[in-house]
Amino acid sequence: MPEFSGILFLSTSLLTVKPSCMSKIGVFICHCGENISATVDVVKVAEEAGKLEGVAFSTDYKYMCSDPGQTLIKQAIKDKGLTGVVVAACSPRMHEPTFRKACAEAGLNPYMCEMSNLREHCSWVHDKSDATTQKAIDLVRTLVEKVKHNKPLYNIKVPVTKTALVIGGGIAGIQASLDIANAGHKVVLIEKDPSIGGHMSQLSETFPTLDCSQCILTPRMVEVAQHPNITLLTYAELEKLEGFIGNFKATIRKKAKSIDEKLCTGCGLCTTKCPTKKIPSEFNTGLGFRPAIYVPFPQAVPNKPVIDKLNCQYYLKGKCKVCEKLCPTGAIRFDQEDELVEMEVGAVVAATGFNVMEPSGFPEYGYGKYKDVITGLQFERLASASGPTLGEIRRPSDGKIPQKIVFIACAGSRDPAKGIPYCSKICCMYTAKHAMLYQHKVHGGESYIFYMDIRAGGKNYEEFTRRAIVEDEVNYIRGRVSKVYEENGKLIVKGVDTLLNAKPVEIEADMVVLASAAIANPGSEELAQRMHISYDAYNFFSEAHPKLKPVETNTAGIFLAGACQAPKDIPETVSQASGAAAKVAILFSQNELSREPVVAVVNRSPAPLYSTCVGCFMCATACPYQAISEKLITDRKGNVIKRVAKVNPGLCQGCGTCVAFCRSKSIDIDGYSNEQMYSEVMALLNND
Amino acid sequence: MTEFEPKIVAFVCNWCTYAGADLTGTSRIKYATNVKIIRFPCTGRIDFMLLLKAFGEGADGIIVSGCHPNDCHYTSGNFHARRRWIMFRGLLDMLGIDVRRIQYSWVSAAEGAKWADIVNTTVNAIRDLGPYTDYAKVAGYLEKEAEV
Amino acid sequence: MKIGFYPGCSLTGSSREYNESLFSISKAAGIDLVEITDWNCCGATAAHNLNKELSVSLPARNLALAELDEMEELVVPCAACYNRLLMTQHELNEDEALKNQIAQKLQMPLKNDIKILNVLQYLEKYFVPRLDELVKFPLAYDVACYYGCLLVRPNKVMQADRWEDPMTMDAIMQKLGANALDWPFKTECCGAGFSVSKTEIVGELSGKIVRSAVDRGAKALVVACPMCHSNLDMRRPAIESYLKRKVDVPVIYITQAIALAMGLSPKDAGIQRHFVPVNLTVNR
Repeated sequence: MPEFSGILFLSTSLLTVKPSCMSKIGVFICHCGENISATVDVVKVAEEAGKLEGVAFSTDYKYMCSDPGQTLIKQAIKDKGLTGVVVAACSPRMHEPTFRKACAEAGLNPYMCEMSNLREHCSWVHDKSDATTQKAIDLVRTLVEKVKHNKPLYNIKVPVTKTALVIGGGIAGIQASLDIANAGHKVVLIEKDPSIGGHMSQLSETFPTLDCSQCILTPRMVEVAQHPNITLLTYAELEKLEGFIGNFKATIRKKAKSIDEKLCTGCGLCTTKCPTKKIPSEFNTGLGFRPAIYVPFPQAVPNKPVIDKLNCQYYLKGKCKVCEKLCPTGAIRFDQEDELVEMEVGAVVAATGFNVMEPSGFPEYGYGKYKDVITGLQFERLASASGPTLGEIRRPSDGKIPQKIVFIACAGSRDPAKGIPYCSKICCMYTAKHAMLYQHKVHGGESYIFYMDIRAGGKNYEEFTRRAIVEDEVNYIRGRVSKVYEENGKLIVKGVDTLLNAKPVEIEADMVVLASAAIANPGSEELAQRMHISYDAYNFFSEAHPKLKPVETNTAGIFLAGACQAPKDIPETVSQASGAAAKVAILFSQNELSREPVVAVVNRSPAPLYSTCVGCFMCATACPYQAISEKLITDRKGNVIKRVAKVNPGLCQGCGTCVAFCRSKSIDIDGYSNEQMYSEVMALLNND
Repeated sequence: MTEFEPKIVAFVCNWCTYAGADLTGTSRIKYATNVKIIRFPCTGRIDFMLLLKAFGEGADGIIVSGCHPNDCHYTSGNFHARRRWIMFRGLLDMLGIDVRRIQYSWVSAAEGAKWADIVNTTVNAIRDLGPYTDYAKVAGYLEKEAEV
Repeated sequence: MKIGFYPGCSLTGSSREYNESLFSISKAAGIDLVEITDWNCCGATAAHNLNKELSVSLPARNLALAELDEMEELVVPCAACYNRLLMTQHELNEDEALKNQIAQKLQMPLKNDIKILNVLQYLEKYFVPRLDELVKFPLAYDVACYYGCLLVRPNKVMQADRWEDPMTMDAIMQKLGANALDWPFKTECCGAGFSVSKTEIVGELSGKIVRSAVDRGAKALVVACPMCHSNLDMRRPAIESYLKRKVDVPVIYITQAIALAMGLSPKDAGIQRHFVPVNLTVNR
């Protein structure tokens, strides 16, 4: 056993390094009024510090952070030619920037200045005693030894490409794009559907104002299309994203629309003559039809059609081509292929939105079995003036107007057993809205809402739900629905009224609307991985900090806006989009990013070693920021001599996890280097 | 005989425990003087040779403290620190070093009282364990070897 | 071929005809159902309402006995017994300590790996592949298949297909030449144990079930559980009292349906034991 410990002892002693005897360190002990001096003998600490090897100047003063205090430090730097400074005072979390700035002004590299915490960690937590003063002396000595190993460091400059890529053309993407563009920067907005607008364009009226959704949205959509700073690419998706903050390289796949957009005038003749007419319309949530060559909705931006290759007669069987024959400008291009476009951007905003869950996982509600059981989004399309029924609420089965309608809230949300455990946030409000719209459109109709709670926390939201109950006489029943089934052409809804002592309730409804859960879009996981951003168990994108950084991700330069982060309503989405745009504008407000130089560095040396790094890349696995990548060291002919790790100083956040991982100690972190930390440990424990 | 006062080094992360210890100070909660803090950017930075060096230089006990799981300022540094500790603890055990001399904890920036508690508990525990003399013994043994 | 068989209390008593029809079709198909030795009551609802350990020990003893008899499969026609036996097997699989404790109490080894089949699974495995050859007289009627609750709930353990709208019995009836109707009361509660304590509740709940079936044109209700049968058949007066009209739709067990379709005599199918006369004639 002793041999084992001996080996360890030897190996750690190999790491003992002799401090530089050329140091001229200045030690400044602060009294902090009486905060430190009341329990610590500051004069003695200054005396003892002055005796340390390498300390050229040691003094104490009442308020180091004050003007005269800072002048004292600056003067000492100039007079004594100090190479390093230790200020023993309060916590560095308080005043490190203050003293570093002072040193910089005196001509000393700010990273040669360290602080020793004699207040929060010493004078304030101990009683006046010899032990307390000794601890203060130890703490000062520790930082002095560290500073002897400090190197001058210079802020890292990273260039910034002032173009933003916004992924997703719903209200979040539209708002973010407009804000960034109005700030004077270029924006590329990509949207995977043929038109921008997102779910907001599918809504009839929006809560709590009952504004017509498209009326407030379409002006913005047009603004985006016409804005000189915005390049709009629809029917396009992100193929690849490489690079780092300020310097991304994005590859965009422009899917083949089979239309030459420069020639197309948007006359729409082709869409009226296409023989394949009965494709379920995605925009109308399957309640209406569209042809194979189509514009998703009349107010689409751009208002130009695309050909659905999966359903077009030409692509399937080589026949038809009616659109090509009829097009007055000859804009149809059957030979068009997908195009990959590369672009350089400085920031990315993810605004890809959400989806509505198919409630077929809840067979008790009969969705999919009974035509008149529909989702909330489908109800929006029925209520919408441009919808399949032109705004009349009609049963999908027979087109009759329902006289009794039941809304089931929380259909899939707040359900850890079968659905998703979280709350979808918007359903209480839109269900109230749906009931109100129904009551406005069908006079004499009866509406019922089965709910668990009513979540109406936003501005004017509570008043809105009360309006539904009081003015529009919507019947709210607090209870769950156990089954929906069909009997004699009616949908029997079996539920319970828990406010009436769990009385069973049976309603013979003409239509049932399920407020089904808001979930992440399919493909979110892949997209998050492509962008190297984190996502949670539900495939919503993760924010960097739930409270303090809601629009940033852990990947520097990539921001979030809207429901892709978590279900939210329009006001919140717009706020968050503007927030993300502000972050982008901050990023673009400089030509160069200046970053703290406390970053990891892989050692390099001259030939033939080049580096002690062996290229195992354990460090890369530890890095949460993808800051470490491969570097090939080549000779003049281009032959690879060695494969080593390289840290991108633009991405590294300075945690040092990689340093602890490295088996050969080839990677180190400036500011908390191995030399610095070992010398601190040794100095702390050795009084001599 | 003077009572043995343990020398304890605390390796803490800047964002959580260091801030938590600052809060202990701001709240003026008193604790033992035996613990001295060394500041790291993240507990993920702490490699175990540093801990062994501390023992080698005369520490009787060590505290390693960082952010709570899922709260790491750098996302995952504390997870790495924890995994390393689990592996290292087994190694220490095999070498005959009392693992009770190293105290691992999660202290957030809001837990000023918890930090004081951990310091006091650890100081008492190390005091009970007595001074750590193994290294000194080995050093003596090696010196004798060298003389021969 | 020999397969283990657990009758439970009801098959020897109130649902004798279930037993008779099951045995007659199995015999005709060459399957020997062997009753496990010294079986005891499964505990049903009573045990698991009163005492957790009792509710697990009683079924566990039956499983241990079946293992001693060297059975690989155990057919349990009564849905309640099946539910209790399967739930016990599941619980003991999840909790090793409990399993050892129970085995200790029983003083019998318990591997807990016997395959427990309900009547529908038994029929699916041993009869459905042969129905084309076994069925002599198709039952060309509209029927409503009623599954009740214990065959499908709790779904995590029962693993029923389509727990809101099961189709296993429907599929078997289709193969017998019947038209299995789509109807919404397949798994709705019949009133269960209220049969004795509050019969009027059974009248209402079972009444709704019968009404739904009859309104859709069912000529028979097909069941796979003695409790379901009892409430839908024996409690017909209570049902008629609730519905305020006479309803004469018969209720037959799935095994009886198969017996009739196979051409076995009505007596072999035990249909004379029902309260509501079974007037389904087959074209002989």
